[in-house]
Amino acid sequence: MTKFSKSQINQNFDDLHKPLNRLQAITEASRCTYCYEAPCITACPTSIDIPTFIHQIRSENIKGAAQTILSENILGGTCARACPTEILCEQACVRNHDQGKPVEIGLLQRFAVDTFLDADQPHPFKRAEPSGKRVAAVGAGPAGLAFAHRAALLGHQVVIFEAEAKPGGLNEYGLAAYKMANNFAQREVDFLMQVGGIEIQHSQRLGDNLSLAQLRQDFDGVFIGVGLAANHQLGIPGENLPGVEDATNFIATLRQTADKSSLPAGENLVVIGGGNTAIDAAVQAKRLGSANVTLVYRRGEEYMGATAWEIDLARKNGVVILLWAKPIAIHGGDAAAAIVLEKTALLEGTLQGTGNTLTIPADKVLKAVGQKYALADEPSLDLAKGKIWVNERFETNLPGVFAGGDCVHLGEDLTVQAVEHGKRAAHAMGRYLFTISALEI
Amino acid sequence: MTNLHCNIAGIDSINPFWLASAPPTDKYINVKRAFDAGWGGVVWKTLGIDPPVINTSSRYGVHHDRSRGILGINNIELISDRPLAINLAEIEQIRREYPDRVVIGSMMAPIEKSAWQELAVKIANSGVHGLELNFGCPHGMCERGMGSAIGQVPEMVEQVTRWVRQAVDLPVFTKLTPNITNILWSAEAAQRGGCHGLALINTVNSITSVDLDLMAPTPTVDGKGTHGGYCGSAVKPIALNMVAEIARNAETKQMTISAIGGIETWRDAAEFIALGASGLQVCTAAMLYGFRIVEDMKAGLQNFMAEKGYAHLDDFRGKAVANTVDWNDLNLNFDSKAFIKQAQCIGCGRCHIACEDTSHQAIRFDTNSQGLRRFTVLDDHCVGCNLCAHVCPVPDCIEMRTVDNGQPRLTWPQHPKNPLRTDVPVSKNTEV
Ligand SMILES: Cc1cc2nc3c(=O)[nH]c(=O)nc-3n(C[C@H](O)[C@H](O)[C@H](O)COP(=O)(O)OP(=O)(O)OC[C@H]3O[C@@H](n4cnc5c(N)ncnc54)[C@H](O)[C@@H]3O)c2cc1C
Ligand SMILES: Cc1cc2nc3c(=O)[nH]c(=O)nc-3n(C[C@H](O)[C@H](O)[C@H](O)COP(=O)(O)O)c2cc1C
Ligand code: SF4
Repeated sequence: MTKFSKSQINQNFDDLHKPLNRLQAITEASRCTYCYEAPCITACPTSIDIPTFIHQIRSENIKGAAQTILSENILGGTCARACPTEILCEQACVRNHDQGKPVEIGLLQRFAVDTFLDADQPHPFKRAEPSGKRVAAVGAGPAGLAFAHRAALLGHQVVIFEAEAKPGGLNEYGLAAYKMANNFAQREVDFLMQVGGIEIQHSQRLGDNLSLAQLRQDFDGVFIGVGLAANHQLGIPGENLPGVEDATNFIATLRQTADKSSLPAGENLVVIGGGNTAIDAAVQAKRLGSANVTLVYRRGEEYMGATAWEIDLARKNGVVILLWAKPIAIHGGDAAAAIVLEKTALLEGTLQGTGNTLTIPADKVLKAVGQKYALADEPSLDLAKGKIWVNERFETNLPGVFAGGDCVHLGEDLTVQAVEHGKRAAHAMGRYLFTISALEI
Repeated sequence: MTNLHCNIAGIDSINPFWLASAPPTDKYINVKRAFDAGWGGVVWKTLGIDPPVINTSSRYGVHHDRSRGILGINNIELISDRPLAINLAEIEQIRREYPDRVVIGSMMAPIEKSAWQELAVKIANSGVHGLELNFGCPHGMCERGMGSAIGQVPEMVEQVTRWVRQAVDLPVFTKLTPNITNILWSAEAAQRGGCHGLALINTVNSITSVDLDLMAPTPTVDGKGTHGGYCGSAVKPIALNMVAEIARNAETKQMTISAIGGIETWRDAAEFIALGASGLQVCTAAMLYGFRIVEDMKAGLQNFMAEKGYAHLDDFRGKAVANTVDWNDLNLNFDSKAFIKQAQCIGCGRCHIACEDTSHQAIRFDTNSQGLRRFTVLDDHCVGCNLCAHVCPVPDCIEMRTVDNGQPRLTWPQHPKNPLRTDVPVSKNTEV
C-alpha cells in the first residue's frame, strides 16, 4: 500500500460524513413523511421531536429546528455526529419499509444545529428565576454537562468539578476524531455555558482532592457523572511491554494532537475487542497510516458490540477482522513484537480455547476489552453490576446524591443516553430540592 | 399503429403539440429549435402594432414546492418587444423551411376595428396557418385596454372576433382569459363572433410570493412588484375545468378547443383530450425543461393509446365528457370505504391523524406489544371521502373499495331528504 502524505493523514480525520448543504438538507427533509406520533421519537433516548424539526427545516425555519432539537438534547450537535443512528432513530424510520432507506435524521440534525451555532445567535433558552439552590456536578462529560444545563435552566447555581484540563468528557477525549472535527466538543461546551449560572472547576478529582462528604455539605444536591475511568486488562504475559496500550488512551492522545501526522503509526497493529472502542481505534490507526491493522475478537461477528455499520466501516478502511481468537501472550524484547492468539470455539454453550494457536507480528497492541467504573474511594455508594446503583429517578442510595451516564447501572453507554440521564436527573433533583425545602418550612 | 396526426380547426398538424404564444415562440431561432425537437406547431409570440412594447428586468416569479420543484411560475412580460416587420420576416422564413409545421400568428391591438383588421391582414400575409386573438394577458396590456381588458367583457370578445373574421380568410382562434366568473360567457361570445376555435387558458392573475426583506411582491422591479400571470402545473386543474365546462355545454360543445394550461406530460395531454380538446399548447413546461420534453409527451401518449387500443386521437377525444356532470347528477347511494393494505403500510400514521383531526375519526391506531403500529379503518365511521388515500405517502396502499349495498341510483333531486324533491330522474348533462 502507498504511504499517506502528512496532509493526507490530517485530511483522514476530517468529517467522516460530509455535512449537508442547505439544498441537500431541504431535499432530504422532504423525504420525511411527518409521521404522527413518530416511531423515531420513541427510538431517540432524548425524545427529540424529530418530525417537527425536519418539518421546520423544510419550511426553512432552521432556527426553530435547532431549538426543537436543543430543547430536548442540549448536546444535539455531538449526538448528530456520534449517535449510532442505525440502531436508534433511523432504525425506526418508516421510510425503511417503502424506500429501503431511512431519512438521514442524524445529518439533518447536524445541519440544523450547526446552522444555528454558525449564525452566532444568542443562547436560545432562558433560565428560570433564581431558585436559591446551589448544586454540584462531578464530571464534565455529556451527563454532567446536560445535568448542569438543565439545572441552570431550573434556576439553580451549578458548579462542575472536573478531573481533566478540558471539559467534554469522552466528547473531547474519546469519540473518534473524524466524528468531532474542528474542535466541535469545545465549541459545543462554550455554547452550552452561555446559558449562565454554570462554573467549571478543573483538576478536581473526586476521591482524590475532592470528597463526596464535603460536596454534600457544601451543596444542596450533587450529581455524579464520572463515566468509566478504568479499563479492563487482558491479564496475559507481556501486557506491560512498551507498545501495549489501552485503546482509550491511544484515542485520547490522537484527539489531543492537532497535527495527527506527527504521531507514530505502528507497522503491525493489533486491536483486541469487539465493541465501538475497538472499531474506532482500529479505523483511526488505519487512517494514521498503520500498514496492517488486525482486530481480534474472541467470538463471532454477530456477538460484537459494534453495530453492523461500524464493522462495515472498519472493513472498508482495510481493517482485518479476526474472529474466534483470543490473545494469550505478547512477545518482544524491549517492546512488543508479536502476539500469540488462541483460536476459540463455543463448546456446549461456553467459549473455550481450542489449543490451536497462531502468532502474528504486533509492534503495537491496543486493548479495547471494556471500561469499568472506578470510584473505589467512595465506598458509601451502593453498586449494581459493578456500577453506581440508581433508581428510576437517578437517585443513589445517598439522599441528595444523583448519578447518571456511563457510571450508573442503567441504560447503554452512549452519549445520547448520558445526556438523557443528566437531563432527567436535573428534573428529579429539582423535585427533590423542592420537597426538602417544603419540609424545612 | 397509433397515429398522432390531427386536424385542429381545419389545420393539419403532425401531432397535437404546439408551443403556446410566449417566450419559447418569440423568434426564429427558438421556433427552429422547437421544430427540430419535434413540436407540431407554434403560436408565435403575440404581435402588436409598432412601436414595440418595453419589457422589465425581472419578469418571473416562482412557486416552489419544498424540494425546489416548480409548481408554477408567473410572469409580468408583455407581448413581443421586437418590431413587427422583423417578426413577420422570420415567420415567412420558418414557413419556408418547415412546410409541414403549423405556425399560428397571435395578435393583440387597441380596441379599434381598423387596428385589429390591418394587423390581422399583415400577419396573414406572412403565411401563417391561422390567427389567435390574445384576449388574455392579465398584466400590463390590460392597463392599456388590451388583453384581459377585452377578454373580460363578452361583448368585446364577440366584436373583436368578428372584426378579424371579416378581415381575413384564415382559421381564427380566440384565446380566453381564466380571470372571469364564468368561462361560458366568453366562449359563447367568441362563438357568436365566428371564431373557428377556442384557445384556453391564458395565465391566471396572481402574486406568487412576497419578498419579506424588500416587503414587495415578486418579481421585484426596483423595489416594487405587480400582479402577474400564473401558469404551469398548478393551473392545470383550473384549465381542465374550463375546457370541460365548454365541452359539456349544449351551446358550445361543438367548438374546437386548443387546450392550454399546465400541460407537462403525456398524461396531462391525454386528460385534456379526454375532456374534448383537439389540440394542446404548452408554454411553462418547455420553459422549465427545454423543448426535449415533447419527446416523452409524444411517446407516452402513443404508448397509452396503444395500450388502450386507440388508433387516433379522435378515438378517445371527449370520452370523459359524458361522465363530467353536475353535482345533482351524482348517485348519493354510492358508497365506498377506505381499505388499508397492511402489507404496504409503512406505519407513518398520516391517514390516522388526517381522519382523526379533520375528517370522521374512522382510522384506528393500535400499537402492539412489539411496538408495531397498525392502522385500521372503522367502516361504520368511514364516509369514503378519500382524504386518507391522498395523504398516504405510499401509492396504492390505501384503496377505496366500492361497497355493494344493493341500493338503486339516487340523486339529490330525487332524494327523500330534499325539500324541493322532484321525483323525476335528472337527465341533463348525462349524455353528449
Ligand atoms: C472510544 C470511545 C468511543 C465512543 N464512541 C461513541 C460514539 O461514537 N457514539 C456514542 O454515542 N457513544 C460513544 N461512546 C460512549 C460515550 O462516549 C459515553 O457513553 C459518554 O461519553 C458517557 O458520558 P458520561 O458523561 O457518562 O461520561 P464521560 O464522557 O466519560 O465523562 C466523564 C467525565 O468525568 C470526569 N471524571 C472521571 N472521574 C472523575 C473524578 N473522579 N472526579 C472528577 N471528574 C471525573 C472525566 O474526566 C470526564 O470528563 C464511546 C466511548 C468510547 C470510550
Ligand atoms: C413569460 C410568458 C409570456 C407569455 N406571453 C404570452 C403572450 O404574449 N401571448 C399569449 O397569448 N399568452 C402568453 N402567455 C401565456 C401562455 O401562452 C399560456 O397561455 C399560459 O402560460 C398557460 O400555459 P402553460 O401552463 O403551459 O404555461 C405567456 C406566458 C408566459 C409564461
Ligand atoms: S375515506 Fe375519509 S372518512 Fe374514510 S377513513 Fe379515509 S379519511 Fe376517514
